[in-house]
Amino acid sequence: MHLHIIDHYQKMKSPIHRLDGRVKLVFIVSVILSCTLLPTNAWPAYILLFSVMVALILLSDLNIAYVMKRSLLVLPFLLTALPLIFRASEPSIITYTVDKITITISQGGLIRFTSLGIKSWLSVIAAILLASTTSFTELLLAMRSLKTPRLLVAVFGLMWRYLFLMFEEVERLMRARLSRSGRDLSSPRRLGGSLMWRAGVTGGMAGSLFVRSLERSERVYNSMLARGYDGEIRSLEEPPIQSGVLLWLIIAVAGLFLLVIVTNLLMGSL
Amino acid sequence: MKEAISINNLSYSYPDGHQALTGVSLQITSGEKVALIGPNGAGKSTLLLHLNGILSGTGNIKIMGLEPTQENLPIIRALVGLVFQNPDDQLFSPTVFEDVAYGPIYQGLDKITVQSRVNQALDDVHMREYQERVSHHLSLGEKKRIAIATVLSMQPEILILDEPSSGLDPRARRELIRLLRELPQTLLVATHDLLLVRELLPRAVVIDGGRVAADGDTAEIFSDSFRLESHGLELPT
Repeated sequence: MHLHIIDHYQKMKSPIHRLDGRVKLVFIVSVILSCTLLPTNAWPAYILLFSVMVALILLSDLNIAYVMKRSLLVLPFLLTALPLIFRASEPSIITYTVDKITITISQGGLIRFTSLGIKSWLSVIAAILLASTTSFTELLLAMRSLKTPRLLVAVFGLMWRYLFLMFEEVERLMRARLSRSGRDLSSPRRLGGSLMWRAGVTGGMAGSLFVRSLERSERVYNSMLARGYDGEIRSLEEPPIQSGVLLWLIIAVAGLFLLVIVTNLLMGSL
Repeated sequence: MKEAISINNLSYSYPDGHQALTGVSLQITSGEKVALIGPNGAGKSTLLLHLNGILSGTGNIKIMGLEPTQENLPIIRALVGLVFQNPDDQLFSPTVFEDVAYGPIYQGLDKITVQSRVNQALDDVHMREYQERVSHHLSLGEKKRIAIATVLSMQPEILILDEPSSGLDPRARRELIRLLRELPQTLLVATHDLLLVRELLPRAVVIDGGRVAADGDTAEIFSDSFRLESHGLELPT
């Protein structure tokens, strides 16, 4: 029921939606790669990429507030980069000394952290743009015709198919648990049991889900074998990309490449 | 007689816009044994999920006189034992004991009471010796009976079962019917098993397209095979 949690795709008819899936995939992967390769402290380049993303979002008729809200997904991952702030490299901004431990927030660390944050955020926006304008089946087709290893595409495809089933299974489990989470009028005690007990129950649910998924995977595999699966997934050929679109794609990717080279030459160390 | 379930003009549509229930009204008195029959997708399960407040549509529902407000929901969930179609959804603990004890422990009952509730519930379904078994390894028939025990341990007033006999072999089905006959609670059973209905449940409610199509004496409803078939049902000869 809550499938929108995993499926971002919005059925619309903007120019971006109509664009060949392969073109979008190559372009977005290039954007993400460029974000990774840009040096720290390259603010003009970040702003440029951000403007490109906003322009594309506007062109695709997506609600910009929706995309921004979704992109907050990056926040928890930023925590892993948090230690960068405290990595001492001069000049330091703030220095705390508690007992014998000195904590330093350095300017270099802060800049690296912020840069990393912005780069990750831009990558997530790019990924959301792709996922919201391209249906998953189209993405799979694109990956397949771009010669992504077939096994990998098959894994993505099956994962997508069964993720929904698993979600529904989780929902039914939670529903069954909720149904038995009642209150006895004769018992004045606190509802819900102890924290440890609840953690145990949740663990049991996760375990049961795991065992059932494993069993299902065996049944699915058997049914694939029964239909002649031999490890190779075959599909129909895709038509070639239109030459006009292809030209634009080459220009865009070359532009990104140039941006990375120039910013690295000007601001970073190659 | 006290009213166990009272539904007035209940309508519900799913978030995707699909209208599942339209103007459903149904009164069930305490101790009644009622069947809920109808084709797949008629709205049977959706209706059942309203009876302990997991879904909430528009209209009036009262369970043992209680409206499903936020305050009352925990009480209603203890009063209504809902047994789901797939027992695997209901059995999520490592052992049978822990599954049956979930409800009582959640209610904050003390250890001795929990143990006696579990014993009682397992006795009711004739599975006392299964306490330490692993739920996952049981047969479907055994799982269904344990699933019933997991709600009996909360000592509900109303027992609601979704497709209790589906997938059971004849012997397991026979045992289930015997078990259901022994239970004193108000019973509402959604099922396609019309023979079970004829044997066990004197009142039948036919639901089709999210509406109540017929409600009355089981024998009377079953005597009209033309009407049954018009709702996608068929009584085996």
